[in-house]
Amino acid sequence: MSKTPLLEVKDLVAAVDGKTILNGISLTVYPGEVHAIMGPNGSGKSTLSNVLAGREDYEVVSGSVTFKGNNLFELEPEERAREGIFLAFQYPVEIPGVSNMQFLKASVDAVRKHRGLEELDAPTFMKLAREHCKELKLKPEFLKRGVNEGFSGGEKKRNEILQMALLEPSLALLDETDSGLDIDALQVAAEGVNALRNEERGLIVVTHYQRLLNYIVPDYVHVLADGKIVKSGGRELALELEEKGYSWIQ
Amino acid sequence: MSDEIESLIRREYQAGFITNIESETLPPGLNEDVIRIISGKKNEPEWMLEWRLEAYRKWREMDVPQWAHLQHPPVDFDAISYYSSPKSKDDAPKSLDEVDPEILETFEKLGIPLHERAKLAGVAVDAVFDSVSIGTTYKDELAKAGVIFCSISEAVHEHPELIRKYLGSVVPQQDNFYAALNSAVFSDGSFVYIPKNTRCPMELSTYFRINELNTGQFERTLIVADEGSYVSYLEGCTAPMRDENQLHAAVVELVALGDAEIKYSTVQNWYPGDENGKGGIYNFVTKRGVCDGANSKISWTQVETGSAITWKYPSVILRGDNSIGEFYSVALTNGYQQADTGTKMIHMGKNTKSTIVSKGISAGRSQNAYRGLVRISPRAEGARNYTQCDSLLIGDQCGAHTFPYIENKNPDAILEHEATTSKVSDDQLFLCRQRGIDEEKAVSMIVNGFCKEVFKELPMEFAVEAGKLLEVSLEGAVG
Ligand SMILES: Nc1ncnc2c1ncn2[C@@H]1O[C@H](COP(=O)(O)OP(=O)(O)O)[C@@H](O)[C@H]1O
Ligand SMILES: [Mg+2]
Repeated sequence: MSKTPLLEVKDLVAAVDGKTILNGISLTVYPGEVHAIMGPNGSGKSTLSNVLAGREDYEVVSGSVTFKGNNLFELEPEERAREGIFLAFQYPVEIPGVSNMQFLKASVDAVRKHRGLEELDAPTFMKLAREHCKELKLKPEFLKRGVNEGFSGGEKKRNEILQMALLEPSLALLDETDSGLDIDALQVAAEGVNALRNEERGLIVVTHYQRLLNYIVPDYVHVLADGKIVKSGGRELALELEEKGYSWIQ
Repeated sequence: MSDEIESLIRREYQAGFITNIESETLPPGLNEDVIRIISGKKNEPEWMLEWRLEAYRKWREMDVPQWAHLQHPPVDFDAISYYSSPKSKDDAPKSLDEVDPEILETFEKLGIPLHERAKLAGVAVDAVFDSVSIGTTYKDELAKAGVIFCSISEAVHEHPELIRKYLGSVVPQQDNFYAALNSAVFSDGSFVYIPKNTRCPMELSTYFRINELNTGQFERTLIVADEGSYVSYLEGCTAPMRDENQLHAAVVELVALGDAEIKYSTVQNWYPGDENGKGGIYNFVTKRGVCDGANSKISWTQVETGSAITWKYPSVILRGDNSIGEFYSVALTNGYQQADTGTKMIHMGKNTKSTIVSKGISAGRSQNAYRGLVRISPRAEGARNYTQCDSLLIGDQCGAHTFPYIENKNPDAILEHEATTSKVSDDQLFLCRQRGIDEEKAVSMIVNGFCKEVFKELPMEFAVEAGKLLEVSLEGAVG
């Protein structure tokens, strides 16, 4: 782990509508690492994910974030995505009438173009998408449906993983990917995520419950409360938290 | 973020060039002499002139309709020229070889090549430049099938019995102010006749181009599908960018006899005016079809992205038992455009069915209204209507309005109505951008998705065109 960090967050303070939500967050992720961020509802987990992905409703008040050595805040959301930041949304939104396939293709084309790769032709892409669907136990018809249109909670979450698999990001942020999943769906989603773990890729897994971490085993666990990381540790911290509850760290 | 959406919506109009050709244009203003001149130029028989004069006299008694949700300065009907044609040896060119090369080039630039070498495969085109039809492709092939496809001026000479029988039979001269004006001064347009039990062997298409300054375009289209026949017809339109508003007042009449089907598609991209609302076409159009015989069907599909003002209600009179009327519409307004558009479905026969799917998209400071009437007469046992009316807003300075009218005189009729209003949300845009898709592409993808049910009704090639057109119409929408 002598490499340079993939992501370096320093003293990040961020606000929404003038209200400070992140209160000085520092976090360093090296390639290959999996970090879990845990915390009670309202502690700022989604805010952190959204700020990193570039959502404009969130104002960065102070602090810095470098991604692959560059100032992340100079990049538009779509540029961050093309550079390899992926956010699996806590609440994936519907885009009626736009087929999942069309959406995925547009997305993969945009990212590949940025990376200097050729566009995949439709049959090749179709084949690839179908394979990933199969791994995630999604029927091929799933690709023809409108983006998240009428999907069940579990389908929405698996659709996020499908997108991640196709886009091959260098840093993936999973925002409560486990919420609303039954245990079988959780295992399938976790397998999908684990398949993407490698030496290069960084992963930030945001979750309220430690349950997910039985399947996606993190290298580090951070506990977020009131917009601050109040405790960091290894895998065992999550178990301890589960046992003692969030009140323990507050 | 809505500031960004705002700036996303600047648009570029790509058909806005002007063709420099010599033309012959009547001085502005309208009176009986002008009508005699128009009729004379076309060498029309006496009955045609009389019909025009009758319409003119009715028009003079009529008032400009005020009920639409539209605001514009009154049109000065004396400031408009009612006839303009490219100058050529004779009035109308006898064949495409005689057409001014500049004009052929114009159509080529617009993606409508007319000459033999590059004709659109499988689509016969009638091209109308200002007031005159300049040529029709694939005439011989169509003639073999017995299909008549020519300019309406030609039809007045060649097929007077059909014209006298059907002209004004669906939209009477005095139907409304603009229809009366059109009946008096209509210059050209297309005529189609499909004989009994004939499936028209190719798509038919008319392309309208306004070029001349301060000229109105008043085309007249008449399509007659005889018993058991089928035809699919497409209409496209563009105009140069001019600072002045230009008037376009067309009439389209469709007649479907027993077991016949007419599918009429429009991609309307008249110049919408600039980003400050200056210039653009005033589009006041009367389109109506009659399902005259049993089991006949008329289907209107329109994609309307152009014009400063759109006033248009393609309608179907369901006279034959078991006849079917359909209206699929996408109307996109941007900048300062205003549209008041919709349909009328008049159920008279038994077991008549109609379907209305309207998709209105408003962006910029535009106003977009759906106005629809479903009337079920007492005799229309078993009539059914399904109406779906969806509005999509982009940004927060535009307006969407819905005016559905229902007049039901038959208690057995089944009427369903669904309406939704939605916005292109920041969440949707952020999802797209987070997946690497830029905002402009994202908006056009979302809008295309919204219009899907209508696009699938368009002939294949034109569905692609329509998708691209929406993309262009929303261009610049991403800061
Ligand atoms: N867009 C927003 N507008 C206003 N307040 C917000 C917004 N997003 C988050 N907040 C507030 O910020 C705090 C943290 O929210 P969030 O980051 O969603 O927490 P978590 O994901 O940990 O549950 C909450 O008090 C929430 O109400
Ligand atoms: Mg959250």
